[in-house]
Amino acid sequence: MSAAADNAYYQRRGILGTLGRDGLLQIILIANTIIMLAPIIIMVFSAFKTTPQIFQSPFSLPDFSHIGNFVKIWTETNFLRYLLNSFVVTGASMVLILTLGTMAAYAIGRYQFTGSGFILMFFLAGLTLPLKLAIIPLFMLMRDLSILNNQLSLIFVYTAMGLPTTVFIMTGFIRTLPNELEDAARMDGASEARIMWSIMLPLVRPAMVIAGIQNVVPIWNDFFFPLVFIQNDNLKTLPQGLTTFMGEYTTDWGVLFAGLTLSAAPIILIYIVLSKQFIAGMTSGAVK
Amino acid sequence: MPQLRMTGRGLWITVLIVPPLAFVALFIVYPILSAFAYAFFDWQGLRRLDFVGLENFHTVLFVEPYRSWTLNAFRNNVIVFFALMVLQNGLGFLLAYALWRELPGARFHRIAVFLPVVLSTIIVAYLFKLFYHPLFGVVNITLKSIGLGWLAQPWLGQGGTALWALIVAQAWHMVGFPTLVFLAGMQRIPGEILDAARMETESEWVKITKIVWPLVAPSATIVFTLLFVGAFNWFELPYIMAGLDGSPFGSTDVLGLYFYRTAFGNVSAGQQDFGLGSALAVLIFLFIAAIATVITVRLRAREIQL
Repeated sequence: MSAAADNAYYQRRGILGTLGRDGLLQIILIANTIIMLAPIIIMVFSAFKTTPQIFQSPFSLPDFSHIGNFVKIWTETNFLRYLLNSFVVTGASMVLILTLGTMAAYAIGRYQFTGSGFILMFFLAGLTLPLKLAIIPLFMLMRDLSILNNQLSLIFVYTAMGLPTTVFIMTGFIRTLPNELEDAARMDGASEARIMWSIMLPLVRPAMVIAGIQNVVPIWNDFFFPLVFIQNDNLKTLPQGLTTFMGEYTTDWGVLFAGLTLSAAPIILIYIVLSKQFIAGMTSGAVK
Repeated sequence: MPQLRMTGRGLWITVLIVPPLAFVALFIVYPILSAFAYAFFDWQGLRRLDFVGLENFHTVLFVEPYRSWTLNAFRNNVIVFFALMVLQNGLGFLLAYALWRELPGARFHRIAVFLPVVLSTIIVAYLFKLFYHPLFGVVNITLKSIGLGWLAQPWLGQGGTALWALIVAQAWHMVGFPTLVFLAGMQRIPGEILDAARMETESEWVKITKIVWPLVAPSATIVFTLLFVGAFNWFELPYIMAGLDGSPFGSTDVLGLYFYRTAFGNVSAGQQDFGLGSALAVLIFLFIAAIATVITVRLRAREIQL
């Protein structure tokens, strides 16, 4: 907006009118932020309190040196195991998604061949289909592949679910890259694989970050597929393990809040550091 | 030489494209097509028996007690969708408008509103389950401490409030998503249009309804469609907060829970039935696909190309 238009606007409207409107919007924002943060703050505070303290004064500042609840989780539960499992499953899925997604996007975006349009449509069809509703055939498929109760079942499903968005984001990006570098290398006799690996891949990293974040959050947080595929307690991921844990400690609220805090901590910390990338990545499907 | 080069190139493209295609074909397309086929058979546990035509569909739609269960769950999904339309998307639009002004602290508010979105639904669900606890939850404790003790009630324990309690938790969890999608839409509105609008009108309301709202129509299309698909797939939050039966007395039962219960069984329903479960899945799937298409087409039509 131009300064001249701004000035004319403020003169006509009056500084008080503008302040009143902005003041109202500011109040709305502050109230909303309090509502957004209060539950998380109460959760963290409660994690450092004993159960009677939580019942008596849920809002008071705790003694942060009281880490008995966390010690209990560390020593008495399978929590670390769940955390480790989540890292393994999410990590393996992300490696597969980004590798396979880049391969497909590179082929579709960089080469002209018969059927490339159809293949892109095939991937995009997976974007909108709610895979939850195909859980019965998926269950039977995993049984036939003998990977029920095996983390491979999760890794495979997550990879397949992540590919459509990744191919979509990466193909669009790869198409915008200039041809000159590629043509020059080809003249020098570089192989197609060499061109992709050494010349093009370093250029697609920004798109990989966006596609990566868009997929890593739902995979890390997923509960539905482990619920159906995994029974063995030692193989459970964090959200699923949390249900076991919450069931065991129903009356010990201090431990419950500590468990929730520990589960939420990794993603909250990464989000605070990388909020810009998170917001861009998670809304990238919806923002053109 | 050119011939050889072409085949080498063809092989290279095949190497790149086949593994990712195989994953999508095996773990997305094949299961979804199978779900349609499964619905036409009788099942006993994991064994497929006879072809029964449309009988499974007939059962879940017209035979008691399935008919009432289906209707009840569907009705709850409709309530959830419209309530979230106001609480999540409506509030999201308002917050986006406030953030768009770039008032002091806007960056902090933006990070705060999106924070719950990155959390697992399971964490959110347990957190609110503890907050809604009739005796020790912060909701009732707060009401009592500010003299509104008469409002304190077992939020999750009575049919009249349980579904609404879940809806509020869901809105808290996800309001940041439409907020930031709308905000991105508003930030793309060209400055000249806004300057022109300011010269024309004083009224904030006219500006919002006549200028901003029509111009963020593409964001609205996406946000509405995603909410619709999400609302009719709702599962995790009610599963944790209200249980697989949608307690109390089915007041929080939704299609996702009902489908899962029918397919995989539970303590009270006992037997699992893949045939009826698949029929439900196909019906939900077709319903979502049909309405989502209508929503998208209708809303696209009012989008303005800038």
